[in-house]
Amino acid sequence: MFFSMLSEAWHAMSANRLRTFLTMLGMVIGVGAVVLMMAIGEGAQQSIKRSIDSMGSNLFVILSGSSSSSGSRSASGSSSTLNMNDATAIGDLEDINAFAPISVGNAQIIYAGNNSNSAIVGTTPSYFSIRRWDVESGELFSDSDIRSANRVALVGKTVVENLFGDEIDPIGKTIRIKKSPFLVVGVLEGKGQSFDGRDQDDTVIVPITTAQRKLFGNQIPGSVRMIMAQAKSEKYMGVAEEAINDLVRQRHNIRENAESDFSIRNLTAMAKTASETAKTMSMLLGAIASISLLVGGIGIMNIMLVSVTERTREIGIRMAIGAREKDILLQFLLEACVISIVGCVIGVGLGLGGAMLVKKMIGAEILISMQSIVLAFSVAASVGVFFGYYPASKAAKLHPIEALRYQ
Amino acid sequence: MAKHVIEIAGLYKDYDTPAGVFPVLKDVNLTIDDGEYVAIMGPSGSGKSTFMNILGCLDRPTKGEYMLDGHSVKSLSSNELAKLRNKTIGFVFQGFNLLARSTLVENVSLPLVYAEDQKELRTKIAKNILERMGLGNYFDSKPNQISGGQQQRVAIARALVNQPRIILADEPTGNLDSKTSDEIMKIFDELNQIGNTIIIVTHENDIADHAGRQVRFLDGKIVEDRHNKKQKEKA
Ligand SMILES: Nc1ncnc2c1ncn2[C@@H]1O[C@H](COP(=O)(O)OP(=O)(O)OP(=O)(O)O)[C@@H](O)[C@H]1O
Ligand SMILES: [Mg+2]
Repeated sequence: MFFSMLSEAWHAMSANRLRTFLTMLGMVIGVGAVVLMMAIGEGAQQSIKRSIDSMGSNLFVILSGSSSSSGSRSASGSSSTLNMNDATAIGDLEDINAFAPISVGNAQIIYAGNNSNSAIVGTTPSYFSIRRWDVESGELFSDSDIRSANRVALVGKTVVENLFGDEIDPIGKTIRIKKSPFLVVGVLEGKGQSFDGRDQDDTVIVPITTAQRKLFGNQIPGSVRMIMAQAKSEKYMGVAEEAINDLVRQRHNIRENAESDFSIRNLTAMAKTASETAKTMSMLLGAIASISLLVGGIGIMNIMLVSVTERTREIGIRMAIGAREKDILLQFLLEACVISIVGCVIGVGLGLGGAMLVKKMIGAEILISMQSIVLAFSVAASVGVFFGYYPASKAAKLHPIEALRYQ
Repeated sequence: MAKHVIEIAGLYKDYDTPAGVFPVLKDVNLTIDDGEYVAIMGPSGSGKSTFMNILGCLDRPTKGEYMLDGHSVKSLSSNELAKLRNKTIGFVFQGFNLLARSTLVENVSLPLVYAEDQKELRTKIAKNILERMGLGNYFDSKPNQISGGQQQRVAIARALVNQPRIILADEPTGNLDSKTSDEIMKIFDELNQIGNTIIIVTHENDIADHAGRQVRFLDGKIVEDRHNKKQKEKA
């Protein structure tokens, strides 16, 4: 029974190919849009989640230079108002677990005729524990390397790729940073993108003392661009931020109403905001796409209503020879569902294709979850039932003789 | 005494038209026994088709009682009526009322679809009955590809496909030449012979003479109801 009705629905649909196709197109576009938007949205969420995981938890960054005056944000960290003693003092605060002073810059790195322009980070060994960053091979540098400002370096994966290729083991090799030789002691494990989109593996990490004295040539000895500090737990981040602020202001002798010469960023809060923004974005994308699904559903309803009117006589004949209301209802409902489900299958295919295309063209991360496909399917089926039901019940309620007499 | 299949008492049917209520059937009373062969006659517009539609459970009377097999049709649900139309009553319409998009086999097997028979069986039965109607070469034709007389035969085939006990035919020979009419009437005669109840609307005395009883309508009322002595000798 069901199969013969299915084949009849197929029959009726192929009798009016262009119309069926156009009706289906609404569904195809709707489902395609939902799948595509969800793939993009979930991809973005996933990539943000990954970079947050790679960042380390409960982190503050204290930057040299004021950030409160408008437009100077990009300049913060450029003048070195913080120093090593500030860092130590922050580390002594009750709510702070660990700290690492950081000097950063860019430099050209050369090995055997290959060169790479990478970020240079000068810091102390505690940086690695704060960021949960370890070596993949070789070893980290130690506190004694800091004390004696040794020319040792840890290289990130991208740097290894650019300078050494696959063949050569970088450990024990000598690279040149700003022309001075450094011994590679370790290769850092891959971190991927940071959530502001930088490649964290395109980095060389050296002892901070070496960086200060031999790479960046600071005027004031002991000054640092920034200090990274890790709070003991997420709960105390607010308290810790205040404590850091008070401490550094006091150390820098800043009067009550004067502007700070440093700024504090709560990286964990920023990361949270970023992931929430991504979530909202992906929900918004999904919602907008769902509207096209709704429009597709209305298209189905419209065509089904036309179809019921056109086929009034047919309905009358079917009723006259024994079709129950239920049979007529099912027939038209099935037709609506076939349109929406076939449209959905094509739409999922198109959405997936579109997602691949987006990935290829703009390199955005794409995540196709089974969940989103299942969702699209069930929504399409319910759209078919929901928008098909009214026309179908209208057909089923027709009076046999009046339907037969309909011209 | 034979069992009453159809009992009609005090039946009225009005149509609501923009010009007001239009009475078509006025106090019709009729009892038909199991296995009877009845011809309904009368001028055009006298309410014959309206009456047949009510007999066929396609329409409900405005007033009055219609008992089918001793059950009041009024009290039946629409599902039960559908089942009656499907299994118990075979209706041949004044127009052919075939599905234009479907083949002859599909048209004829449609009542079997609603009787929930298997597809192979449906096709077999439909082809068999179409062959008996002389349409063996047109299984996959569409109704608009065959003549009016052939379409009428398809309509009859469809009415008979579920082997109903009661056959209602509204001018089944209206579109056929006399030779084909005779062939069609032979089918009805045979059906009656094996015990089916047959009610036929016709304008032609020749056709009406196949029936054992003749009922004449005039202006929505039965004006004559007589036994037909001339009923043709069955071969
Ligand atoms: N749906 C309707 N609305 C209003 N009037 C109707 C309707 N159906 C039938 N009538 C009227 O009822 C009357 C009887 O119609 P009916 O079709 O029963 O006649 P008939 O005896 O079958 O005629 P014929 O021999 O031409 O087929 C006609 O006058 C017709 O105008
Ligand atoms: Mg008539």
